[in-house]
Amino acid sequence: MPKEESEEYLEAMLDLSRDGEPVKTTELARRLGVAPPSVTEAVQRLSREGMVAYRPYRGVTLSEKGRAAARRLKRKHRLLEVFLTRVLRMNRQSAHDEACRLEHALSDEAGDALCRSLRGPRSCPDGDAIPPCRLYVDSCATCIHEGVSTGKRTENEAQPLTSLPENATAKVVFVHGGKGVVKRLCEMGLTPGTPVRLLRAAPMKGPIEVRVRGCDLALGRGIADKIFVEPGDAHT
Amino acid sequence: MSHCEQGGTPCAGDHDLVVALVGNANTGKSALFNQLTGLEQTIGNWPGKTVERAEGTLLHHGKRIRLVDLPGTYSLLSRSEEELVTREYLLSGQADVIVNVVDATALERNLFLTVQLLGIGIPVVVGLNLVDAALRKGISVDERRLEQLLGAPVIRMVAVRGTGVHELVDAALSVKGKPRLRTPASMRYGPEIEKRIDKLASLLSEARLKVPPRWAAIKLLEGDTRLEKELARLDRRIPDAVKILSEECASIHKEPCSTVVASERYSLVGRIAGEVQQVIPRRGRRTADRLDAITLHPVWGYALMLLVMLSILTVISLTGAWVAQAIERAFESAKPPQLEGFWPLLLWNGGAVGLYASLGVALGFLLPFYLILSVLENSGYLPRIAFLMDRPCHAVGLHGKASVPLITAFGCNVPACVGCRIIETKRDRLIATFLSTLIPCSARTAVILGIVGTYMGPVWAVSLYLIDFFIIIALGRTLNRFMKGASVGIIMEIPPFRTPVPNLVLRQAWARLRPFLATAVPLIIAGSLAIELLRQGHALDELMTAMSPLTVWWLGLPAFTGVLFILGILRKEAAVVLLAGVAGTVNIPSVMSPVQMFVFCLVMMLYIPCIATITALGRETGWRNAAAITLAEIGLAVLVGGIAFRLLAPLL
Repeated sequence: MPKEESEEYLEAMLDLSRDGEPVKTTELARRLGVAPPSVTEAVQRLSREGMVAYRPYRGVTLSEKGRAAARRLKRKHRLLEVFLTRVLRMNRQSAHDEACRLEHALSDEAGDALCRSLRGPRSCPDGDAIPPCRLYVDSCATCIHEGVSTGKRTENEAQPLTSLPENATAKVVFVHGGKGVVKRLCEMGLTPGTPVRLLRAAPMKGPIEVRVRGCDLALGRGIADKIFVEPGDAHT
Repeated sequence: MSHCEQGGTPCAGDHDLVVALVGNANTGKSALFNQLTGLEQTIGNWPGKTVERAEGTLLHHGKRIRLVDLPGTYSLLSRSEEELVTREYLLSGQADVIVNVVDATALERNLFLTVQLLGIGIPVVVGLNLVDAALRKGISVDERRLEQLLGAPVIRMVAVRGTGVHELVDAALSVKGKPRLRTPASMRYGPEIEKRIDKLASLLSEARLKVPPRWAAIKLLEGDTRLEKELARLDRRIPDAVKILSEECASIHKEPCSTVVASERYSLVGRIAGEVQQVIPRRGRRTADRLDAITLHPVWGYALMLLVMLSILTVISLTGAWVAQAIERAFESAKPPQLEGFWPLLLWNGGAVGLYASLGVALGFLLPFYLILSVLENSGYLPRIAFLMDRPCHAVGLHGKASVPLITAFGCNVPACVGCRIIETKRDRLIATFLSTLIPCSARTAVILGIVGTYMGPVWAVSLYLIDFFIIIALGRTLNRFMKGASVGIIMEIPPFRTPVPNLVLRQAWARLRPFLATAVPLIIAGSLAIELLRQGHALDELMTAMSPLTVWWLGLPAFTGVLFILGILRKEAAVVLLAGVAGTVNIPSVMSPVQMFVFCLVMMLYIPCIATITALGRETGWRNAAAITLAEIGLAVLVGGIAFRLLAPLL
């Protein structure tokens, strides 16, 4: 199976999977516009590569490795969309189509460089959060102004705090943001490794409320988008 | 430690002990302060800053103790104004003892600050507050063990009821002059950090600092740039050493050094909290959680908030108008029957009218507002409003905390300007203050309804409001775009609901009202004297002629409106009353066309904040900003008024 095709499968699965529930092969077929038998065949191949877990009649679930790969693609896709609309002034639809094609050719390194030159955009033109890079940097501000000193990548597979469902618990992995915001969050108790529980989110992409170290905190959406967590069953 | 060495700053003088109250926000510091001090208390502004600190004196077993209530803070880094005020005060050496008020229901977060206070070189007493609320939450704290681990006395208390507060003062007296000299083992960070703290501290100890080197070293590793700049002047090697050591830390832990220090501190605090507190988890949902499910609900939360806000506005508008009229009637009934000659007229029309107008604002609008604000603040509802309104506030480029002052501005702009203090950054605070002065207060509503509403109908009155809102949104967005910096989102604690304590509410309201009575009232009287002087010298007529190019040519209004615009600086609602007097008839439509009424009200609504608001603006944002805002609003009103006249004249 060509690389592009398998990558399209992974991305579609990331979009379709809700709360870790298996994705039906029929859903995948509809989403990708292919016949169900070829989906089954593709999924079995991905399963052999360790990207997904496939159970006939139940559906497909992304493995950690598959989810990471899918998220990297999403990141490049959304960064490209920002670049194409903001810098090249293309309309959103053609930017989306173009990004769908280019994302497969873009390396992680070029993606991070693109992110830096766009001054670390937070979300794509449709308002969806851009998954974080895995570079080891102090903050986005440092990365933009001083570049990255070490090319080392962390092994975190984190997702934004705002992507959690209500009442879910997770552990803070890191915060991408200006130095001031990071410090303020730290002193309010949101240090790496801290368990948090998302209590509620205000409508229309308003702020969220989290419980951390026994206190309830309201966080603006822009800030919460930059807090990355690892979902888990930690108790708060 | 001598605390009178710093020149210029007020010193303890005849006090036996100076105590600084420090703690997180919402821990009951103010409640403790109010329990301890009598009525003799001063709320003072720090020079150049708008953050308040309150001071009061307490007599305890024959000792005079000065209490300084510092703003609530979560850390001692020099970033927000609250932190700066607290830190500068502590480092100034004026305080003999720190009383750290700690919320027993959120021990970890509170001890995060305690640990920073313990190393600063001033003896610390910990007041473990809200132990009753903690018990209800299923948390019991072993304060003797906490005392051992912190190496500082810990006193259990319930500040609102006065339980334990006197023991706290006894403890403060007993630790005076006995700062902790060594760091207990329980307060040590991880070995990698400790090694670097020690290295930096030994370099710092050569530099002869006023603060303990270890404390300074930790702050520097936390990325305290302000302290770094100060210390660089003492020893130029310091910035390089800080840079190298923090990079070492960062590369070991793969996190920025400031995060590493904070994480380490939280983990040591977590260990302490884990050792001293016993938590019995409650089954099922607690009442507090259920209450929040309603007050923060995406539908019911907003409905409730709307109801609360509308009732506040109604109450303030009704009581305000009623009290202001009652005061006016009382004064007018005492008016001497014959007022003639220069001095009697000046004193009455300038002095007495100015006095009762400002008293009307103070007692009618401000006092009820401050009372309600204190109730909302003490109950914990305010942060919930900010949470709900965060998203809508983005329309004007502000965040949730600005919503409260912006809504209160509909009642009166003066408390709105003061209310903007709850916004952290200077920039956002300035924008919010500016915008709040453009919101039609109840006086402007009186003008709009009294003229346009009465003679042109409600549709035109509503359209005036819509124009105003449009201008506010456009201005908010423009300011946000062109002012330096960006609006930071909210990071705000949502404290549990608590029953407000009447005594505390009254005293907070009084503390807020007092500066208005002391500074704004004299200014308003001076302003009305000045205008009366102009009137007596028949300078008003000349002003009217001088203003006629503006009023008659550009705005298309009758020349007599010039006087009203000047009088409107004092009291906007007076413009309706005075209109009849200046125009020489009660029949307004006979002297003004509909277009003129509309333009008149539009300009009246926008052109200038009233003198009480200008005074508040000056106090809150500085006189330069107040002048700039006032001039900008005059310009805006003239511009918009002229355009409206030219657009509407052919239509109506």
